[in-house]
Amino acid sequence: MWFPLNSDAYTHTHMTHPHTFLVMKKSGGGIMKGYEPRSSSSCAACKFLKRRCIPNCIFAPYFRSDECKKFAKVHKVFGASNVSKILVEVPEDQREDTVNSLAYEAEARLRDPVYGCIGAIALLQRKMLELQHDLAIAKDRLARYSAVAATADATSLITSSSSSSDNIFHFNNSQVSLPPFPEFPSSSDFNDTAAFCHASSSSSQSFPRHDTTVVDDFIQIPYIF
Amino acid sequence: MISERCAACKNQRRKCPSDCIFSPCFPANDPQKFACVHKIYGGSNVGKMLQGIPTYLREQAANALYLEAKWRIHDPVYGCVGIISSLYEQIQNAEIELAKIQTQITFYKLQTQRVEAEPNSEVLQAQSSNMEQFEWDNPTIASWFN
Repeated sequence: MWFPLNSDAYTHTHMTHPHTFLVMKKSGGGIMKGYEPRSSSSCAACKFLKRRCIPNCIFAPYFRSDECKKFAKVHKVFGASNVSKILVEVPEDQREDTVNSLAYEAEARLRDPVYGCIGAIALLQRKMLELQHDLAIAKDRLARYSAVAATADATSLITSSSSSSDNIFHFNNSQVSLPPFPEFPSSSDFNDTAAFCHASSSSSQSFPRHDTTVVDDFIQIPYIF
Repeated sequence: MISERCAACKNQRRKCPSDCIFSPCFPANDPQKFACVHKIYGGSNVGKMLQGIPTYLREQAANALYLEAKWRIHDPVYGCVGIISSLYEQIQNAEIELAKIQTQITFYKLQTQRVEAEPNSEVLQAQSSNMEQFEWDNPTIASWFN
């Protein structure tokens, strides 16, 4: 799973489990022999919540002790109890991805308190529509050029096989003109996005659009269900 | 006239005050909306978020929260971030395809220009040979230019 935003929410959490930490301390503590500070073994969640971090803390593997900001954002948007409920429902091997996606959503919500991730989805969908529009135009142009090239090749084959030199001049004097392009809607006019959906021939998805707010558009998105 | 409680106050089993922050965003006829939002975000978090937003934008914020909560319930691991990720991939693929097609168009344009240029060189050769013939036939006039 690829998380696109450049955000400190996306640093991979390679958390040293408290158990492993204790084993490492016993095997070769060296300078720190016999001393185990309690605060360094607390995960970011327990530090933030000012509670003791138990050995099987559900947050510990995913919120390192130096990732307090990450947990603070997630806590502000979702709340610790809701996050733990979500994590408990998810298989253990998918919890890291879950935490990262929650951190992403929380970051997006804090950046845009009104639309959050929905705003990002709206921008991406509009960009996708733009690209589909450009692709349709480009494919049409390519088809015209390749048709012209095919015609030119066929004509040159005919003239090269002919013995009369006059044919060369006829070929040279002929004007190769491309037919005019059909008029596409302006790419800057995104209020009438239904026109783009009809004009696009490359996409099998159709986004029923309404000329209303951003959020109303996404109520119509069917592909998630 | 007794006003009906909003969906949030019904869910929380409390009295709905006249200035309830939830009532414009979570009407009584759509209890599922608040239930989804409450499950993922919690009622108090939603209230805090709505308080920080201008009144005229609160309904849109509530709708956005509802959509995100719905997607998170549907996909507890990725939620709506899965959609963002897949949109990014689609956009990347479309950009690559567009670049390929534009390269092909450029190739055809160059080819067309080359084909148009080659016949011109043959015409020039033909014209120069015609000139030579003209000079042979009209040596006097040709000498004016030498």
